Amino acid sequence: MGPNRTYLLIAPAMLVIGIFMVLPLFLAVAYSFMTANPYGGVTAPETFDAYLQFLYQRDFDDSLVFSPSYALIILRSIYLAIATTLICLVLGLPVAWYIVCQTPERRRVLLFAVTLPFWINTLIRTYCWILILRDEGLANGALRHAGIISNPLPLLYNDGSILLGLVYTFLPFMVLPIYSTLERIDPRLIEAAHDLYASRAAVFRRIVWPLARPGALAGATLVFAPALGSFLAPDLLGGGKKLLIGSLIQMQFTSSRNWPFGAALSTVVTVVVLTVFVIRSRKAQEERR
Amino acid sequence: MIDIQSVSKSFVTRDADPVRALNEVSLEIFDNEFFTLLGPSGCGKTTLLRLIAGFEAPSSGAIRIAGSDVAALPPQKRPVNTVFQSYALFPHMSVAENVAFGLEMQNAPKSLIDERVREALEMVRLEGFATRRPAQLSGGQQQRVAVARALAPKPSVLLLDEPLSALDLKLRKGMQSELKRLQRETGITFVLVTHDQEEALAMSDGIAVMRSGDVLQVGTPRDIYDNPQDRFVADFIGESNLLPGALLGRDPAKTIVVRPEHIVVSPASDDATGHARGAVSAITFLGSDTLYEIVLEEGARLQSRSRGRAALATGDRVVVDWARDVERELAN
Repeated sequence: MGPNRTYLLIAPAMLVIGIFMVLPLFLAVAYSFMTANPYGGVTAPETFDAYLQFLYQRDFDDSLVFSPSYALIILRSIYLAIATTLICLVLGLPVAWYIVCQTPERRRVLLFAVTLPFWINTLIRTYCWILILRDEGLANGALRHAGIISNPLPLLYNDGSILLGLVYTFLPFMVLPIYSTLERIDPRLIEAAHDLYASRAAVFRRIVWPLARPGALAGATLVFAPALGSFLAPDLLGGGKKLLIGSLIQMQFTSSRNWPFGAALSTVVTVVVLTVFVIRSRKAQEERR
Repeated sequence: MIDIQSVSKSFVTRDADPVRALNEVSLEIFDNEFFTLLGPSGCGKTTLLRLIAGFEAPSSGAIRIAGSDVAALPPQKRPVNTVFQSYALFPHMSVAENVAFGLEMQNAPKSLIDERVREALEMVRLEGFATRRPAQLSGGQQQRVAVARALAPKPSVLLLDEPLSALDLKLRKGMQSELKRLQRETGITFVLVTHDQEEALAMSDGIAVMRSGDVLQVGTPRDIYDNPQDRFVADFIGESNLLPGALLGRDPAKTIVVRPEHIVVSPASDDATGHARGAVSAITFLGSDTLYEIVLEEGARLQSRSRGRAALATGDRVVVDWARDVERELAN
């Protein structure tokens, strides 16, 4: 097959990627260098104002004053995304391992159960957590009935509930790639390790974990990236008291009508995620060598 | 060294009655012995090996290794190492790391580990391959790594689960004598599982012939070849002619077993005597030997193997004979 035919065959895919991925990304970067139109959208002239806004606030006399509040939002978002990733890893690994150890039929059922939440809208599922966690909700009600507490615990509208929502939403993205790597491990390897005097802990540390790590890294990427940009869980379960970057971006395109700033924030998030991704793939390559 | 006392093993299956893989098997394997569990697939030989290694627990019976009951011990607590059929080398570790694994798990000092790894790789002639990954080795080399890995901790018993079945014929012959040499050099008791009777005869000090969960006969290779106690053993080990007793005018409840090399074929003439008469139906050239296939007048077929080139032609009428002391009379 000549090179021309090859290009023709991949053309549809390239077209889709171009229109739905490259073009919007390019637009977002372009918008971030323009001036906000108070009625939404952007106008000329091109400036760096949107990026300056991260660290400085424009005072009434047009002088720039240092203001870390946006930077803090970004840092807090990164921190919560990392925490989400780690919790998902700690919870997802045993779940994936448990599923791998089952009979093929039970595996199918359990894998379906893992993906079951995808069939219900994320908004509805997240909203349900409010019903569970609020002062008159299921959790507090149950605890009160059991006589463990007399006054409701503040379960909702804090970092803990945001984290809970994020972990709940993204856990399947950790379980599935780890499962797929664990499934490929030859059970004979585990027998061989036991045969060579390895305890269960040593088998995990020396055999299972090194072989599962590619899946765990893939899962970590799949959880970290959307968790960083997520705005549903932070808005609903965080009560919107403390902004996270996802909500902040969303606000710029809606109520604040500051498209350039929103675009600039998106660009920063993209750069952060891409940086993490590049570092990870570099590391993976080094390990393979 | 290994004492197996009326061990049974049943596997529970989903849709049928439990499958009985071993029926009250009793065996004694001696110190410093190259012992082989021989039988067709599904005879329970691998199950027995896995019971000794500790990967499975017996349904009943006792297994003692070096005098102590190992029933309650998991594989990591048994002085036994295994060479797996698929080798089961750790793909993310180098050859040296693979070989060092068992010693590391026993918390051996670094200097001892290094020394033993070098020794083990030397033993299997892979000195230059320490830093390679298993994926970079050929099948035969991977096999040697698996052997080195299992020998490095110096276990009391080495278990080998069809270790040569994935190798081509030439490599297999080479590894047979290698393994035999390693067994003599290390003085470790080897227990080999194989379905290849030639392999078993060539390598073993002792053989247990198994079929559908039973041990049919235990003995030295020579003993089993010369004195099969059972029709199946006679047929499975080497080539055998199994002739119905009635055909030779003997007890119809017996089968007469004669090895092809013991059958003498001579041209039929009026004064020629023998056990039966027939005709040559096929001649096969085996290099140093010639194999005659003979159809007896009574309808049975038998094979005769004699040294040298063919002295008879297809279709020749012949008399077959053999000395009475080389035949074995077995129950049908």
